[in-house]
Amino acid sequence: MNKNNRIALMVTALLLTNVSPVWAQGEASMEHENHETMPASVNDAAMGNMDFSGMDTGDMEQSMDHSSMQNSMDHGDNGMAPAFMQGGSAPADARDPHAYSDGYDFGSIPRPRLADEHNFGSLLVNRLEAVNNNDNSWTSYDLQAWYGRDYDRLVLKAEGDVDSGTLEEASTELLWSHAVATFWNSQIGLRYDSGKDPNRVWLAFGIQGLAPYWFELDATAYLGENGRSALAFEAEYELLLTQRIVLQPRLEATLYGKDDPERALASGLSGMTAGIRLRYEIRREFAPYLGIEWAGMFGDTADYARSAGQATDDTRLVAGVRFWF
Amino acid sequence: MKYMAPDSQMHQTLVSPDFPRRRFVQGLAAGGVLMGLAPWVKPAFAMPSAETITGSAPLLSGTEFNLTIAQTPVNFTGSPRMATTINGLIPGPTLRWREGETVTIRVTNHLNESTSIHWHGIILPYEMDGVPGVSFTGIAPGETFVYRFKVQQAGSYWYHSHSGFQEQTGMYGAIIIDPANESTQQTERDYIIQLSDWTDDDPMTVFARLKKQGDYYNVNQPTMTDFFRDVSVEGLSSAISKRRMWNQMRMSPTDLADISAYGYTYLMNGTTPRGNWTGLFKPGERVRLRFINGGTQSFFDVRIPGLQMTVIQADGLDVEPVTVDEFRFGPGETYDVIVTPQRDAYTLFAQSMDRTGYARGTLTSRVGLKADVPELDKPEWLTMGDMMGSMSHEGMADGEMAGMQHGGDAMAMGTATVSVRHASTEYGPSVDMRVDNPRTNLDDPGVGLRNNGRRVLTYADLHSTAAPDDQRGAEREIELHLTSNMERYTWSLDGLEFGKSTPIHFRHNERLRVILHNDTMMTHPMHLHGMWSDLESPDGKFLVRKHTINVQPAQRVSFLVTADALGRWAWHCHLLYHMDAGMFREVVVA
Repeated sequence: MNKNNRIALMVTALLLTNVSPVWAQGEASMEHENHETMPASVNDAAMGNMDFSGMDTGDMEQSMDHSSMQNSMDHGDNGMAPAFMQGGSAPADARDPHAYSDGYDFGSIPRPRLADEHNFGSLLVNRLEAVNNNDNSWTSYDLQAWYGRDYDRLVLKAEGDVDSGTLEEASTELLWSHAVATFWNSQIGLRYDSGKDPNRVWLAFGIQGLAPYWFELDATAYLGENGRSALAFEAEYELLLTQRIVLQPRLEATLYGKDDPERALASGLSGMTAGIRLRYEIRREFAPYLGIEWAGMFGDTADYARSAGQATDDTRLVAGVRFWF
Repeated sequence: MKYMAPDSQMHQTLVSPDFPRRRFVQGLAAGGVLMGLAPWVKPAFAMPSAETITGSAPLLSGTEFNLTIAQTPVNFTGSPRMATTINGLIPGPTLRWREGETVTIRVTNHLNESTSIHWHGIILPYEMDGVPGVSFTGIAPGETFVYRFKVQQAGSYWYHSHSGFQEQTGMYGAIIIDPANESTQQTERDYIIQLSDWTDDDPMTVFARLKKQGDYYNVNQPTMTDFFRDVSVEGLSSAISKRRMWNQMRMSPTDLADISAYGYTYLMNGTTPRGNWTGLFKPGERVRLRFINGGTQSFFDVRIPGLQMTVIQADGLDVEPVTVDEFRFGPGETYDVIVTPQRDAYTLFAQSMDRTGYARGTLTSRVGLKADVPELDKPEWLTMGDMMGSMSHEGMADGEMAGMQHGGDAMAMGTATVSVRHASTEYGPSVDMRVDNPRTNLDDPGVGLRNNGRRVLTYADLHSTAAPDDQRGAEREIELHLTSNMERYTWSLDGLEFGKSTPIHFRHNERLRVILHNDTMMTHPMHLHGMWSDLESPDGKFLVRKHTINVQPAQRVSFLVTADALGRWAWHCHLLYHMDAGMFREVVVA
């Protein structure tokens, strides 16, 4: 990988860590300050044909009776774009939440420390499963732990395959997670790859959160030694069939910026995994599952596999447990 | 009405058949405080009295009281647990005071952690208010704190711990204050009906679960099964559009209670539904029921099938009598009602707002006689009006927003004075939605009670009999927004949790208008300590004086306060887990 590519990847990584406010604003196509000043056409788009343009809320009394309101709000099946209710940035005239203190502070008695100032912690083992394809069987794990407060916490992510007691491959990340928007956290830290291939250390910059329609997303850019770089993307969805039976589709993709022959990885899209798991929540915290998963290699990474006499894709049956505490 | 076998009235208790937790929800018939008390706890059990069969908290009256706080073994569900009790009881003893007298209450702490008692709704000097870190430092283990204050009001109130989660683990009791010059409402019978919610789990575990998975206790989540049913009934596009906005916004239309009967057993006077608290009457007698919501995180919808209730007091103070079939109240609120039972037996039915369980008791004319227990109502989805306020299309189309039912007037009236100003701190990760066009009408009984065929009490029905002592108009306005990020389970005011907040200053003796604007999808019982809240109608007329005011989703309410109580006071959402998450402020009157 040449220097330009490397810079491009770094920029991507930085963008990823900072992108969330932009996303949030994208969701919030109508900010508060625009509420009064935005031209009608934009209002229409954002609010499903409701014409509130040029209408200060204080004018409502005069300008709205019930019938005209029904007309103006008759947006049929357009759906009400919720955009203006979430995200965005504060208008210049937003209230100062400390204004009511008039300079008063807490008294001599130490003030209460509520849960917003307590640390919490959690471990979610999202996948602990026996994996079977036509030829082999092994054990796979995928967990995420966190410790800290509502908006800032330490996050541990670990993923790997174990075969007959031997760690085949593992990726472990230790990240500092910071809330940057309602549903999004930026994450920065280290990733350590280990297993039977040579170990690798990476700097990680990522974004994790919940996209509209409840998609759980996790995208991370990595910078390694010798100019290595990588991008990883993961998406999950939880479809409730009943209050206890959950179908969980899951997609994972990895890209590398530079060939790494020692690990049989080539630049470009190297691998993708798509699976679907059906779990039964005996308790919220404990759910056995069954699933099926397809995994494939692409590009030159696939060539590495072919030259080693390995298959470039396989379909697997998985059985495992998901649990957390 | 007929005699029934002990189990035959046990109806389905959870809407989802996936969670058959009958015993858990129904509780043990003889659930409650166990034998084997610590030696310092006097054996003052909830003894059956002449009037009640399953017992009520003992009555302590006079001007001197001794209360002992201790860990006591209890068993409500079949699993023994330790509770935090007052004089070894759940609820604690009922304190009977008289207006005008000075009471002295010695509270001794036998716990190994700090404790406190807050006298909910009582007007008193701030040092006696019992909020650790605000009014005093708390009561250390082994210590006795002496509360002493002059009683300046009459009515039904209650008291509870204001330390940690002790209220959740059993630390609450009722207060009855007799008027200085005798009651104006004389009835033949007078019962306290204190409702509460019990969990076998450590409340901190409950809280941590909510932090990890905010919908942990929601057993009525929208499922694919519901979706396909909607498709077959309403068609595909309707089924999709019904869900689109919720899914876009990443919010759940069934998020009605953070903790459901999946975690709670609901109690009436400390008695499980199976235990069936029972009060006696003679047909034709007038019975006063003093309903107190001593719940931690539960709104209750209360009704007595076959009886109409005449509400005579709200939060301890007289209101013009209003007769209803049902009322909803939040933790902290109280309603005194009068009923005149004629027949054999009636069920006191208090279903949780999310329709997963209920507290239940019986009014009967003969021991052993009981009435049918109604089925739980079907849980309803929140409407667009609950999310978007007065801009909701659905809410209007369905006629579900009460303000809409009166044509344009209500709407115009409701928004006439609304100029919403969100705080600058409401645009970050701590807030998941903002309402720009709130609803201000007070005649909406709320989700699950709209158009249910019963006459349901709303705030618009409440009218204090006494005009406020302070006839001044507001000299100043304070606007406070109720905020949250339900995905992260954070709860705040103006987007700031308590740890990031600064106190709110009330100028001594000013008359102040407080505007509470709900930018969340849950109802919050907001409790201002030390001073009355004079609730206003949307057009600015005085309605009712209260100490705890519910603010419904996307609603904006206003009330006047006379800041005559010098000192430092707590102001918070009385859903304990919201308060502890940071939906809490200190008020400085100076």
